[in-house]
Amino acid sequence: MTNTTLTRRQSKLTKGRLPKYAAWAVLAAAVILSAAIMTLIGFNAFGWGVLAAVLFTLGLTGISAAVEGARKAKDKLATCLVVGSFLVALLPLISVIWTVLVNGLPGLTPEFLFYSMNGVTGEFDDAAAEGNAPVLGGAYHALIGTLLMTLWATLISVPVGLLAAVYLVEYSSGGLLSKAITFFVDVMTGIPSIVAGLFAVAFFAVILGPGTKTGFVAAVALSVLMIPVVVRSTEEMLRIVPNELREASYALGVRKWRTITKVVIPTAISGIASGVTLAIARVVGETAPILVTAGFATSINFNVFSGWMASLPTFIYTQIITPTSPSNPDPSAQRAWAAALLLIVMVMLLNLAARLIARYFAPKTGR
Amino acid sequence: MSSRTSQTGDKVFSTTALVAGVLILVVLFSVAVFLLIQALPAFFADPSEVTGGEGFWSYIWPIVVGTVMAAAIALIIATPISIGVALFISHYAPRQLAQGLGYVIDLLAAIPSVIYGVWGITFLAVELEPVYEWLAQNAGWIPIFAGPASATGKTMLTAGIVLAVMILPIITSISREIFLQTPKLHEEAALALGATRWEMIRMTVIPFGRPGVISAVMLGLGRALGETMAVALVLSTGPLIASLIQTGNSTIAAEIALNYPEAYGLRLSELIAAGLVLFVITLAVNMVARWVISRHKEFSGANS
Repeated sequence: MTNTTLTRRQSKLTKGRLPKYAAWAVLAAAVILSAAIMTLIGFNAFGWGVLAAVLFTLGLTGISAAVEGARKAKDKLATCLVVGSFLVALLPLISVIWTVLVNGLPGLTPEFLFYSMNGVTGEFDDAAAEGNAPVLGGAYHALIGTLLMTLWATLISVPVGLLAAVYLVEYSSGGLLSKAITFFVDVMTGIPSIVAGLFAVAFFAVILGPGTKTGFVAAVALSVLMIPVVVRSTEEMLRIVPNELREASYALGVRKWRTITKVVIPTAISGIASGVTLAIARVVGETAPILVTAGFATSINFNVFSGWMASLPTFIYTQIITPTSPSNPDPSAQRAWAAALLLIVMVMLLNLAARLIARYFAPKTGR
Repeated sequence: MSSRTSQTGDKVFSTTALVAGVLILVVLFSVAVFLLIQALPAFFADPSEVTGGEGFWSYIWPIVVGTVMAAAIALIIATPISIGVALFISHYAPRQLAQGLGYVIDLLAAIPSVIYGVWGITFLAVELEPVYEWLAQNAGWIPIFAGPASATGKTMLTAGIVLAVMILPIITSISREIFLQTPKLHEEAALALGATRWEMIRMTVIPFGRPGVISAVMLGLGRALGETMAVALVLSTGPLIASLIQTGNSTIAAEIALNYPEAYGLRLSELIAAGLVLFVITLAVNMVARWVISRHKEFSGANS
C-alpha cells in the first residue's frame, strides 16, 4: 500500500512545468483573439494592443496556475506587470516625440529660424489660413533670447557651483556648515521653477524698483535652478578623484590651491563638463521663470540688461495661449510646434553631448 | 613662484570657495525673505480688496486644495508604474540592455514641461474626451466622475496624467538606484531557498528599498506640486469642485503663471504670496524626503 503511493508520487521539484514555447503560444493566441474581438466592436490599434496585453497576462497566469501551481503563477503575473509598466512608460515618450515631429516639421523652415515675429500681425495669419500667403514670422528672436539667457545663467552658476563643490570636497571637514550646504543644495533642487522666477522678480523689485523685466533677471532666476545641479554633479566627480593624486602633489611641495586647480579639477573635468551640460539642458526648457522675469517680446533684443526678451519656451506658450490671430490660431500653432521641435532637438543634443563628454574625455585610468 | 604669493593664493582660494558655499545658503534664505517682503501687502490688505473679496486665506485655500489634488492624482498613477519600471530595469531586463533602457526613461525627464503642456492639450485632452463622456455616463454617481464632462477634455484628470508622466522618471531613477543596491547575498540566499524571482524581490529587494522608494515618491510629489506650465496649459481653470472631469479647479503655480502678465499692485503681491505658500509647502516636502534619504547615506538621487 505505502509502496505504491511512494512510487506513484511525483517529485515536487519536477512537477508540472510549462514548456518554453508556452509563453509565445499564449501571446499568439492573445493577439489573434483580441484582433477578433476588436474587429467586432470597431478596430483601433491602441485598443488592440491593450486588449492583447491584458488577455496575455490573464492567459499565461491562468495556464501557469493550472499546470505549475500558485507560486509560479504569481511569479508570471508579476513579470507581466513589471514588463507591462515599462511598456506603459514608453507610450507617452513615443507619443510626445511623434506628435512634435509630425506637427513641427512642416513649420521648421529657414525663414522660421532667421526671422522674428516683429511686425507679424493677425492679418498675415488670416491670409495664411486662407491659403493666400505663406505663414510668416519665426522664432529667431526667441532663439537669441534663449541662448543669451542660458549663457548668462551658466556664467553665474558655474563659478558659484564649482567653488561650492570644491569647498565641500576639499576644504570642509564634515562640520555643521558643510552638512547644511549639502542638505540645502538637495532641498534647492526641489524648488518649483516658478518660485525661482518670483524670487528674481522680488529681488530686483527691491533693488531696482518694481516691474524690472529683463533677460538678466531671467538669468538670475535660471541660476537659482542651475546652481544646485552643478554643485551636486561636481561634488560627486571631485569625490571620485583618487586621494593618491592629491598626496603625490603635496609630496612634491605643491600648495593646496595649486593641487586643486592643476590636479584635482583637470582629472574630474570631463565629469564636471558633462554635469554642467545636463544642467544647461535642464534650464533651456524652463518656461515659468522666464515668463515672470523677462516678459515676452516679438522683436529681436540682444541686450540682456534692458528690455523684454523672448525665449523658445515662452514663445511656444504665448503662441498657444494667445494666438497672433485669435480667429485663425492654426498659423500660431504651426509656429509653436516648430519651436517645440527646435527646443526638443536642442535639449536632446545637449543630453547626448553630456553623455559623449563623459565617455570620451574621461581620464585614462592606465590599468 | 615664491612661497609667500603661493600662501596668499591658498588663502584667497579657500576663502572664495567658502564664500561660494555660504552664498548658496544665503540665496535660499533670501528667496524666502524677498518673497516675504513682496508678499506682505497681500497678507495685511483689507479683505474686501483681495481677489474673491474675503481676504487672502480664503483666496488661497481652494488653489492649495487644487494643487494637492493634481499632485495626488499624479502620484497615484505614477508610483506603481515607476516602481514597476525601476524593477524592470534593475532585475528583469537583460544586463546589456538595462543601462540603455534607463537612458530612455531619463529622456522623459529631459523633455521641457511646456512641450508636455502643448502635447497635453492637443493630443491627450482630445483623446481622453470620449473617455470622460463615458465615465460621466456610467460612473457619474461617484463624486469625482460627476458629469457633465468637459467638452474639451481640459480637466484636472488630464492635468494629473500629464504630471504623472513628468514625475515618473524622477521616481524611477531613484528607485532603480536603490533596488540595485540590494545586497547580492540576500538575493542569492532567497533564490537558493527556492524562491521564484517575484518571491525573491518581495523578500529582499522591496524591504531593502522601501525607505528609498518613499523618499523618491516624496521628491516626485515636490515636483508635481510645483509644476507650472503643464497645468497652466492643460487645465482650464475655475472654482474648486470635486469632479475631476469637469472644467474647474486650479493650482498655485498655474494661477501665478496665468495671471502674472496682467498683474500689478496688490494683485502682484497676492501672486507672490501664493508663490511663498507654494515655496513653503514644497520646501517642507523636500526636507522630509531628503531627511529620509540622508538616514540611508549611501544613496542620493540629486543627480537624477
